[in-house]
Amino acid sequence: MTSEAAALAGKEHSGPGFWSSFADNERWLWPAMLAPAVLYIVLLVGFPFFLSIYYSFTDVTVGGRDLHFVGLQNFNRILESSTFWLALKNTIILTVISQVCILVMASILAQALSVNFRGKWLVRLLILLPWVAPIALGSIGWLWIFDSIYSVINWTGRAIGILGPNDWPIWLGQPNLAMASIIIVQIWRILPLATVIILAGLTSIPQDLHDAAAVDGAGPFRRYFQITAPLIRPITLVAVLFGIIFTFTDLIVVFVLTRGGPYDQTQVLATWAYFTGIQGGDLAGGAAISLFLFPVLVAVAIIFLRFARRTEVL
Amino acid sequence: MTPFSARAGKAAQATGHAAILVFFVTFLAFPFAWMVITTFKTTQDLHNVANNPYLFNDPPTLDHLRTLFADTAFVQWLANTAMVGAAVVIITLALAIPAGYALSRMTGALGQSLGVGIFLTYLVPPTILFIPFARIIAALGLQDSLWSLVLVYPSFTVPFSIWLLMGFFKAIPRDIEDAAMIDGLSRFGAFLRVVMPISLAGILTSIIFTFTLVTQEFVYGVIFITASSNYTVSVGVPTFLVRGDVYFSGSMMGACLIASVPIAIIYNFFVDRFVAGFTGGAVK
Amino acid sequence: MEASAAAVECNENLNDMATVEVRSIRKEFAETCAVDGIDLLAKEGEFLVLLGPSGCGKTTLMRMIAGLEQPTAGDIVIGGKVVTHLPPRARNIAMVFQSYALYPHMTVEGNISFPLRAAGMPRDQIERKVAWAAKMFGIERFLNRKPRQLSGGERQRVALARAVVREPVAFLLDEPLSNLDAKLRNSARDELKHLQRELATTMIYVSHDQAEAMGLGDRIAILNQGKLCQVGTPQEIYRNPVDIFTATFIGSPPMNLLEDKDSYTGFRPEDFLPKEIGADGNTVSFPFRVTRVEYLGADRLVYGAIEGRTAATHVISKMPTMLRTEVKAGQLYDFSVRQEDIARFDRSTGARLYGARQ
Repeated sequence: MTSEAAALAGKEHSGPGFWSSFADNERWLWPAMLAPAVLYIVLLVGFPFFLSIYYSFTDVTVGGRDLHFVGLQNFNRILESSTFWLALKNTIILTVISQVCILVMASILAQALSVNFRGKWLVRLLILLPWVAPIALGSIGWLWIFDSIYSVINWTGRAIGILGPNDWPIWLGQPNLAMASIIIVQIWRILPLATVIILAGLTSIPQDLHDAAAVDGAGPFRRYFQITAPLIRPITLVAVLFGIIFTFTDLIVVFVLTRGGPYDQTQVLATWAYFTGIQGGDLAGGAAISLFLFPVLVAVAIIFLRFARRTEVL
Repeated sequence: MTPFSARAGKAAQATGHAAILVFFVTFLAFPFAWMVITTFKTTQDLHNVANNPYLFNDPPTLDHLRTLFADTAFVQWLANTAMVGAAVVIITLALAIPAGYALSRMTGALGQSLGVGIFLTYLVPPTILFIPFARIIAALGLQDSLWSLVLVYPSFTVPFSIWLLMGFFKAIPRDIEDAAMIDGLSRFGAFLRVVMPISLAGILTSIIFTFTLVTQEFVYGVIFITASSNYTVSVGVPTFLVRGDVYFSGSMMGACLIASVPIAIIYNFFVDRFVAGFTGGAVK
Repeated sequence: MEASAAAVECNENLNDMATVEVRSIRKEFAETCAVDGIDLLAKEGEFLVLLGPSGCGKTTLMRMIAGLEQPTAGDIVIGGKVVTHLPPRARNIAMVFQSYALYPHMTVEGNISFPLRAAGMPRDQIERKVAWAAKMFGIERFLNRKPRQLSGGERQRVALARAVVREPVAFLLDEPLSNLDAKLRNSARDELKHLQRELATTMIYVSHDQAEAMGLGDRIAILNQGKLCQVGTPQEIYRNPVDIFTATFIGSPPMNLLEDKDSYTGFRPEDFLPKEIGADGNTVSFPFRVTRVEYLGADRLVYGAIEGRTAATHVISKMPTMLRTEVKAGQLYDFSVRQEDIARFDRSTGARLYGARQ
């Protein structure tokens, strides 16, 4: 045998040793490759999640060493607190209003971005900034815009005559205005994501379909509502579901802008859980409050799963 | 339609298009423009309500940036963020690359439900987990340590990266792996020596997103870290520079700008992949 | 291809028993049985084509030989050695894929040398072998290019060079010509046949194209629904099909079938000619009502129905253009087939009844 042939033939004798059969057998290889990640996720998502449920039935505190099972006491306490109901109401208002606005605005903006024009890349970069910049820092930008004394909005409003000489809204100081400010910032930060998702859906529609509809005599509005809108409905649903999750569970915007104030009037579930559990040291109470976010997450997850089964993408 | 009215219609359409874009660009980019102006204005100028805030009534100044770098731990925060980001990227890749590949190649119900399960964990927000984590981190003795963030951040970067990489791996034709196995590699060897090099673009994308997710995180940072020298940028600027009334507006806006614009630009190059990760291939 | 002498020299060692055999092999996927008990032997140096419609199990069979799929039952024997449970890399076979499966991140040289590097061959030998293989396929100029910079035909050559360079016991080719355009395919078919003669290595070739199979194969194995229908030389398969499936799958246009009480009568269109032409010997004649005539250059295809039967039976005659006999649509003619050219098939099983002719 020549040495070359021996080198090649040598492979034949490398036989099914332990490592060799392991590295070739998909039945063992896949579980082994998945195990570390699954373990990590179970330990750092699954375990704390169930711990959170457990805590909500105890009297655990930040510093306390012991914890006792107290049944539904935490939940009773929360349901009796007026702040909880206010936070729940605020969370729902915030989510619903911002998502409706985002849906309408993102559809318009995506449509405007779906055609080619000069300087499109720059427009896209500018439009994406709010989503890609750290949200805590973006919220600080708004904090300064909504400043009680130096608000640039108020100055501009007065300069162009919308605000009278005696109008000087304190954006973050009046409950309704503060909620409006929070809604604006939520729209501001999630709109870019919704836009690019819907835009991706728009560009995936073959031009042939638009052409065929135009040849068939459909005008622009009919083309949009009868061709484009139904085709991008699944992807729009994805955008809305992510938007709901990000808004419903968000803590940062309220935390930075108002800290729930004035007088807890802009408190949402996430911030109220934080102030109760972390700043107040009442981990059990905080855990119980945060669990009220859970039904919405389950609902969103179910919609995702049904969506996945229908389109076979997940 | 007469040629004239057709032209007029086209002009109206173009104007409408431009108006829509101007409105949205103004709304979305205004806070950043305002950050730029504020960063370079003198404090007197900022605090004089009579001045037009859009103009430099005093000449532009670098004082705020000087304050930021000299008198705050801003540089330290940037370094902390980079360190945590690098560590989280390493952990994330080590866990997500093999898992994403296995999921992309597993056939049958188990692989599919695992994939969906991992996707759903991405929907579990920090807001539900931070309460138990506060105690877990205390029990591990990691309070006020950057290691607490290194430990916890992969809980959201790993699911997202698995999902993203799975899409990349699925796009690699299986013929290529089959060819590699026939050419003398094991199943695992085909993954290491052929699939991995082909997927470099996907791996790079997941590095970028892991890093940006780390820089954007706020909730865990603000709960686990108390010493200002251990802050990350996202936590340090809002907690340290905002104190009751805003006195450091110039420095604060400078800090926001410096920390967010580079990330935004890098991110922008990869945004299509990011969307593909979110939509899981619902868009071809 | 002067370098082929080296190939022969190397092959002497490895090709002692260069046969590939599958023994009662089965492959079941979740619900379906893709390969249902096949026995087949590719002889040393033989060009064996696996032919069948899509979904017949031919690709699954080839992937099992390669080791890319595990059979549910049965054995695979390569070079006299049972390799059923060995991974692909331990079988010393080479495979050319329909998509070519070139490694997109490597140069042509990297692609060709890959199997040798994986085997841990010394660098100077690798260089020599790559040069030899590249020369054989005339791709020396492309060695530093990436696959995406090559045309379809060039890629196919690189894929072949990668397969040849390791001098395997056998080549497996999975429709390697189907991604080429029609013109290129003809010359590539020619070169492939030539290559196989030079290397004298066993080749198993999957195809769904009967012209390709007839042209290339020393023998053809016809597969249908996971079962082996017939194995034989192209001539045997064509002239002597064992069942209705083979009879109608091979040949263009396919064999004419006439329905009888408990059998089918079959004859090839080119054997079905005007009576005065096929007059010598023992013939069977039919009254043939012509409905349409297609002129194809070398042949005329005459469409029509045989009259005087319970069910109207549509048949085709393929007349060489050199037969000047006038045939017009709407007319009734007497056409005949020689007795020995008629095959009969069982109505229920489809199996050949009698009329075998060598």
